[in-house]
Amino acid sequence: MSSIKETLTDPIFKTNPIALQILGICSALEVTTSLKVTQVMCISVIVVTAFSNLLVSCIRHHIPGSIRIIVQMVIIASLVIVVDQFLKAYLFEISKQLSVFVGLIITNCIVMGRAEAFAMQNPPIPSFFDGIGNGLGYSIVLIFVAVIRELFGSGKLFGETILPLASEGGWYVPNGLMLLPPSAFFLIGLFIWALRSVKTEQVEKREFRIAPNTSSGEAA
Amino acid sequence: MANNDSTGKTLLVALLLCLVCSIVVSTAAVMLKPAQQINKQLDLKRNILAAADMLQEGVGIEEQFAAVEIKVLNFSTGKLTEDIAVDGYNLGKMLRDPEMSTALAPENDIAKIKAREDYGLVYLVRDDEGYLEKVILPIRGYGLWSTLYGFLALKSDGNTVAGLGFYEHGETPGLGGEVDNPNWRGKWRGKKVYRGDEVALMLSRGTVDASAEGSEYRVDGLAGATLTSKGVTNMLTFWMGEMGYSSFLEQIRAGEV
Repeated sequence: MSSIKETLTDPIFKTNPIALQILGICSALEVTTSLKVTQVMCISVIVVTAFSNLLVSCIRHHIPGSIRIIVQMVIIASLVIVVDQFLKAYLFEISKQLSVFVGLIITNCIVMGRAEAFAMQNPPIPSFFDGIGNGLGYSIVLIFVAVIRELFGSGKLFGETILPLASEGGWYVPNGLMLLPPSAFFLIGLFIWALRSVKTEQVEKREFRIAPNTSSGEAA
Repeated sequence: MANNDSTGKTLLVALLLCLVCSIVVSTAAVMLKPAQQINKQLDLKRNILAAADMLQEGVGIEEQFAAVEIKVLNFSTGKLTEDIAVDGYNLGKMLRDPEMSTALAPENDIAKIKAREDYGLVYLVRDDEGYLEKVILPIRGYGLWSTLYGFLALKSDGNTVAGLGFYEHGETPGLGGEVDNPNWRGKWRGKKVYRGDEVALMLSRGTVDASAEGSEYRVDGLAGATLTSKGVTNMLTFWMGEMGYSSFLEQIRAGEV
């Protein structure tokens, strides 16, 4: 049984849900054009993952195997709706920008993945921290992507101008690609590359190796 | 762990879970609804003020909005009317009711909105002596991905643009989404809508040469967003035209409002 500290910190770099397990990519592409929005999305995901893990773990001895996925889904969906309602009530501007992506936390594989893989087998407290840890792991990648995208895409950080834009009398010509979803793919790719260069144990074993070309004599 | 997989237990767990979750969700929705509606109203008011170029930082939205008068316009007569109350006006409901809206034939439906309401809200701003200063008109139309909802503010001559703003759209951020760019929005100020009786105001391709003839009818197109730009032009053509506000604006020009 690993300690709570490890449960909390491992997912940040060691078993990062995006970088190692390549889960939750879709929202990472969509909500990372500005830091403010990303930040709210990250907090929402942390809250949902933590509490869904906690709740699933609390009732894990009573969940019938045949409907366990649906049970997890219902819990996750309810939490997401509650979070969405809160954002609409207290952070209206940002919830407008996040639009459907809050609702789509339901389909974020990280939430479901952790409920199924961890919370179903572990007691509530470690499950809760596992949820927070994985939410943080997700957040680290998102914030990394958002900083680069907002800075180079619109010359700003948290909406404050850092690189004055040429269109507003400054010198910086923004990179339009950064504002479009594909750029997040490249950035996440680079993040994974950097992470795996440091933590070489994350490099996956090759599934196959291309055999050397046969020489003409052998082929006959 | 007593038999979790029996039919009875499965049904029981499903039932209890659904019950608890639905109570939680509906409680949250009901409790937070008032706060959400206030937000929505405030947001709309903020957008109306912003479109009319009247938004001041640090002053309460409600306080600033007190200067704005809300009226109902009958589109078929082009006159303001008291038949429909401003409170409880609901655009969505009106559009669903064929009695209260006019379906648009494809050739008339320039802005691609399918139907136009028969009664709409307009917002009037008067100066201290009670003369009309600005009129703020809701407009909407289809861009590339979404219907853009916004406001066009005109000065009391019913022709000069005082400002433009969109409060809801789903255009590509950075391209069509630049309709929200304050610099671009600023370019609308002082432009003219009508040349003679015709709606002449439109987005150009690229930047407008301010010294060229007719530049008062042209606003810079949005770079990389041809279809959104076209949508905005179509929207103006429709709403400033006969099906839209043209007869109401004529009255404004005649000083009757």
